[in-house]
Amino acid sequence: MTSTTVTTAEKPSSRISGRTILIALLVAIGIAIVYYYIVDPTATTSVLAGTIRQATPLILGALCGLIGERSGIINIGIEGQMLMAAFVAFMVNVALGPIMPLGLALFLGVVSGILVGALMGGFLAWMSVTLKLDQIIGGTVINILALGLTSYFYVIGLTTRGKLPTFALGPLADIPLIGPVLFNRSPIQYLAIILVFVVQFALFRTVWGLRTRSVGEHPSAADTVGISVKMTRYMNVIIAGCFAGLAGAYLTLESVGTFERGMTNGRGFIALAVMIFGRWTPLGSWGAALLFGFATALKTQLDFMGLNVPPQLTGSMPYILTIVVLAGFAGRARPPAAVGQPYESE
Amino acid sequence: MDKTANPIVLEAKGITKRFPGVLANDKVDLLLYEGEILALLGENGAGKSTLMNMLYGLYHPDEGEIWIKGERVELKNPRDAIDRGVGMVHQHFQLVPVMSVAENVMLGSEITRGGGILALSEAERRVRELSERYGLEVDPAAIVEDLPVGAQQRVEIIKALYRNADILILDEPTAVLTPQEANELFRIMRELTARGVSIIFITHKLKEVLAVADHIGVLRQGRLVGIAKPETSTEASLAEMMVGRNVILTVEKDEAHPTEPVLRVENLMVKDDRDHFAVKGVSMAVRAGEIVGIAGVQGNGQRELVEALTGLRPADSGHVWLENTDITDFSPRKITELGVAHIPEDREKHGLVMSYSLADNMVLSNYYRPPFAKHYVIDRDVINEQGERLVKEYDVRTPSAQTPAGNLSGGNKQKVIVAREFSRPTKLLIAAQPTRGIDVGSIEFIHNQIVAQRDRGVAVLVVSAELDEVLGLADRVAVMFDGHIVATLDAADATRERVGLLMAGSVEEAVG
Repeated sequence: MTSTTVTTAEKPSSRISGRTILIALLVAIGIAIVYYYIVDPTATTSVLAGTIRQATPLILGALCGLIGERSGIINIGIEGQMLMAAFVAFMVNVALGPIMPLGLALFLGVVSGILVGALMGGFLAWMSVTLKLDQIIGGTVINILALGLTSYFYVIGLTTRGKLPTFALGPLADIPLIGPVLFNRSPIQYLAIILVFVVQFALFRTVWGLRTRSVGEHPSAADTVGISVKMTRYMNVIIAGCFAGLAGAYLTLESVGTFERGMTNGRGFIALAVMIFGRWTPLGSWGAALLFGFATALKTQLDFMGLNVPPQLTGSMPYILTIVVLAGFAGRARPPAAVGQPYESE
Repeated sequence: MDKTANPIVLEAKGITKRFPGVLANDKVDLLLYEGEILALLGENGAGKSTLMNMLYGLYHPDEGEIWIKGERVELKNPRDAIDRGVGMVHQHFQLVPVMSVAENVMLGSEITRGGGILALSEAERRVRELSERYGLEVDPAAIVEDLPVGAQQRVEIIKALYRNADILILDEPTAVLTPQEANELFRIMRELTARGVSIIFITHKLKEVLAVADHIGVLRQGRLVGIAKPETSTEASLAEMMVGRNVILTVEKDEAHPTEPVLRVENLMVKDDRDHFAVKGVSMAVRAGEIVGIAGVQGNGQRELVEALTGLRPADSGHVWLENTDITDFSPRKITELGVAHIPEDREKHGLVMSYSLADNMVLSNYYRPPFAKHYVIDRDVINEQGERLVKEYDVRTPSAQTPAGNLSGGNKQKVIVAREFSRPTKLLIAAQPTRGIDVGSIEFIHNQIVAQRDRGVAVLVVSAELDEVLGLADRVAVMFDGHIVATLDAADATRERVGLLMAGSVEEAVG
């Protein structure tokens, strides 16, 4: 008897065309940047540097979101994790600043921010994995908790004695345009870019990544080959919390230099939009984060140039972009299949 | 072929497992010899899967012992079972759809280049090696969701072999296959046993057992009622062991006397949930007094066709006529009121409200009309009275008509739906998978009811993934493949082989 297997085809062709579009887009962006750089080098450099700055907390938040969601846990508490970490990192720095060298105090501030993020990740994991609470409610608990605690303990008028400084990477920083934009940055900005590639590699090329994705897509398949769904989810949400914590520390110790009530200002939620727009991949999310960062940086530049555009309009650009992205792409992008569902082993 | 001389590789001694209110396994003894195929036969709920889950470490027996290769073992989790050489292919595949074959195979026992970094090409080479050694054709780089069901099953088997399994448990492996794919699986099973693998094969299909097994264990209500040998068994004798009484396996019916067409479908195109065409231009007719059966492997557009006919899914183009009314895209209520009865594929999701009583479930399609309601007020007495009456008439095994539907067994749930749909005037009956997952006794009852409707002059459309069901019931057999009806055959011409080939999409071979 002849074989009667049925084959499905036509998938690769659509992938190739997607890649072509991406390359065309990158080339177009490159040409636009060079053109504006020739027209107005100062403004272009400052917008692009601003883009990298603004994208940093967004990509860190998005990495937090996608590490959790790839293992099946929705995290809408990124905002709260960031805020709490921003606050604790700031307070630790304020407390330690007078008794030790500034660099060490800043370093310990960042570390404590990361730990607080991880701790809140652990709390979210406990609510969603052990208590099997609705994950949206779990995230909301974290957001409200963070807003309440930080507002309550916040003391007006505290400042640090300094922020994390920028480091020029030797001769690389002297390249026109690219130098100031990419190679004259502060530590967490460098780290965020490195982490994008690390997480991308880890997710698709390591044992951890394979197991994480299996748990997020088909937990019982992972369970039947002896992978602990609970352990994987706990571990991932805690690791993810470190990223949100780093983003929080960035806001107070590297970007602003002080703490304000509700200073995350929706960045945790925009990070989720960034993650979805990036289709749950680190590289894609980085692209999306740069787009959102660009919208914010452009606003700052437009305000600065004193153009006759109402600031409310420019200021709302990142949020309008969020709505457009979520309305246009959220439906089409495919989230991990088991996201949001507590796992009941047999 | 007597293999009892071979050593015993797996033994279950007096296994008992209780769930709240149920004795799932009652002192079951089982012996598996090296290199043999032991078929485990039983109805749904007989305890087959529970027993296998214990051998695979997913459940833990309350009493009894498990011996593997001469050693008493405590299997705390699947890992323990895997380490002892036990592999299981689950009825619902445990494969991650978006990952490649090689990734799925190595998941949990990954090949690395050190430092936790995957060695993907090495894994692909391993898969290719296993695939060649055992004749399990599959592309290691393919993404699982792009593969047909038969290939996914081969991936599952490779997954077990990759973990060095020499005891393989196959849970209802043929439920999702065409007859040809099933034959291919049997060839693979023999190939595996020839190389020393021992197989436990779970099924409720009697033909398969006789074709492939060395020993047959029959479970009924959690108890092992006997071990049979295929040489000395018949389908009837096995069925009797399974059910505990004499059952009639074939549907008994007289010749059909069809008259005028009741349902006519013209060039119907329907999209699925992912917005792809699932029904790609179907035209057909069902006449009063005949049963038309649609055969086909699941996922070839049958579900979307039925949903479009019953108003649950919009048609993209084309027409559906009920007698002289164009009912295309009518609401389900309107279609119901015109005399269409529907036994939906998923009885728990679309057939019944689980938390409602049986009496309430039986008026779901007409609770708003007299005599059940008067001026927007529901008359409970009439509803309850009808409930009591139908429970008796349709032999629903329940404490009372006030029991919530969710408490009943699958077969009894299905009887409730049948009772509701048949208790009002009907011109057309659309039955999707009417006997999926229910016991032999209920199957017999429901088949007889469907034939009775036909003899009353109702036009009947039966959609089923069970080829035997379609062949047994239908007066005409339509075969659906890839959104098309590729052929319509009279029952007399519809042989298993021919329909099987059509189901696999090879029209030329079936016709030629």
